[in-house]
Amino acid sequence: MIETTIHRQNPMIDPAFHAWGWEIPVYLFLGGLVAGLMILSGYHIIRALWDKDRAHGHYVTAPILSLALLTVGMGALFLDLEHKLYVWRLYLTFEVTSPMSWGSWILLLVYPALAASALLTLPQTFPKLARRLPFCSRCAGALHDCPRVVQAIGFANMLLGVMLGIYTGILLSTLSARPLWNSALLGPLFLFSGLSTGAATIHLLAHVRRPDSGSDDFSDAVLSALVNWLRPPAPGHVGTQKLEHADNSFLTVELLLLGLFIVGLLSSTEVHQRAVELILTGPYAAAFWVLVVGCGIVLPLTLQFLQAQHRIRSTVVPALLVIGGSLALRIVIVAAGQASAWTVASH
Amino acid sequence: MSRYGMVIDTHRCVGCMDCVVACKTENHVPEGYCRDWITEVTRGEFPTLRMEIRTERCNHCDNPPCVHCCPTGASHVHERGGVVLVTKEECIGCKACLAACPYDARFVHPEGYVDKCTFCIHRVEQGLLPACVSVCPTHCMHFGDLDDPLSEVSRLLASRAHHALLPEAGTKPCIYYLT
Repeated sequence: MIETTIHRQNPMIDPAFHAWGWEIPVYLFLGGLVAGLMILSGYHIIRALWDKDRAHGHYVTAPILSLALLTVGMGALFLDLEHKLYVWRLYLTFEVTSPMSWGSWILLLVYPALAASALLTLPQTFPKLARRLPFCSRCAGALHDCPRVVQAIGFANMLLGVMLGIYTGILLSTLSARPLWNSALLGPLFLFSGLSTGAATIHLLAHVRRPDSGSDDFSDAVLSALVNWLRPPAPGHVGTQKLEHADNSFLTVELLLLGLFIVGLLSSTEVHQRAVELILTGPYAAAFWVLVVGCGIVLPLTLQFLQAQHRIRSTVVPALLVIGGSLALRIVIVAAGQASAWTVASH
Repeated sequence: MSRYGMVIDTHRCVGCMDCVVACKTENHVPEGYCRDWITEVTRGEFPTLRMEIRTERCNHCDNPPCVHCCPTGASHVHERGGVVLVTKEECIGCKACLAACPYDARFVHPEGYVDKCTFCIHRVEQGLLPACVSVCPTHCMHFGDLDDPLSEVSRLLASRAHHALLPEAGTKPCIYYLT
């Protein structure tokens, strides 16, 4: 028997470590989602150079949406800081060994890349707004006249999207004191989770903002989105089918990476085995198996497979499940990771 | 190059918490928080039980994960003695260092910055001992330069069986416990 009594009551540390609340999972979720949207829209921007028919897809809304979502995510991150007035200190230094420092500088590069792609797609996303902002329209026109610049914007979005998506996982995996996070697979896992969430979000956009809605004003777009939500989706829409295929690929890779993440920890030290048991059989098991694996990956994978086979009607349910599952993944990993620890009882 | 460390004799420590009170007084640690604390570990089966009482704090590791993960450089290794410190004016309170420390030795000060044991470096620079060491009634705590083979801490480590906390975490802690 080993019994340890610690005479310490520091807030956030005792009786169990819990320094990060809802803000960090929300930030990681939105960061991953924006990473996925950046990669997909960057790819679309490059493809649209060669194939003009693609230029009017639902991807065009992604950059503006990404800007808004990333700002909300950064807001959540700011709320988590305990010494908020000193946040500017992040940009007075670059700490090579700190993933958070890398992340803060990556985010500084992500904004101009997103702004450039948003400018590029503004005339297609909100034509009325673009007409009211002639300078922006002229800039967008000038950019479209330089295919190499457009290509560079597309590549920059894809590259920064990969960096942002991986960073959200690496941020946790380098914190070696929390055994559940001690896996380099967290980076790719969060990246592919972000990609599947990005594809699901574009799928959702395709459903609520259809080309036939004829709404180019923001308020009209919101109203038509609400109305379209209640309408059945257009059957067999080519873009939607491709999104379902892409989402299924991402979900399959995500499931494989999640399996490898678990196997890696189970085959590691006893401390790591105990850590992964928190999500396999411990207090976080129900949320992990039901929300993350069941509702977040397996169910949408099955539904989208059946939709692709035309066995069931195409709906937005899988997309909503993927988005919910992605958020649940971050919440479970962050919470269970904080509950995992190296124990001093053996000494 | 000096490397400050502590050697704590667990045969002498009675868990009186004088070190805790001295630290709170010396460093104005706010109510409800502590930079050092007492841990009791009981091993064995009744009636052959063995209890180890020890005073714990930041281990001022040679390979400090809290310093590596700090995004602003607020957590740093002091040039004197390799002591791990936090510059409160540079700390943004992101709590990455709290998550990186396997000893849970850090906490967020009510004013927002991260706080922890400093080995009372302000006293050490004046030639004094850390407050906790100076008040220990059983003289179980010893402070000195681990790199100096003639220092009291080095001689104790050379002559007595000892262990550090969580050596498997790879942080190379600078506090040793005599057993």
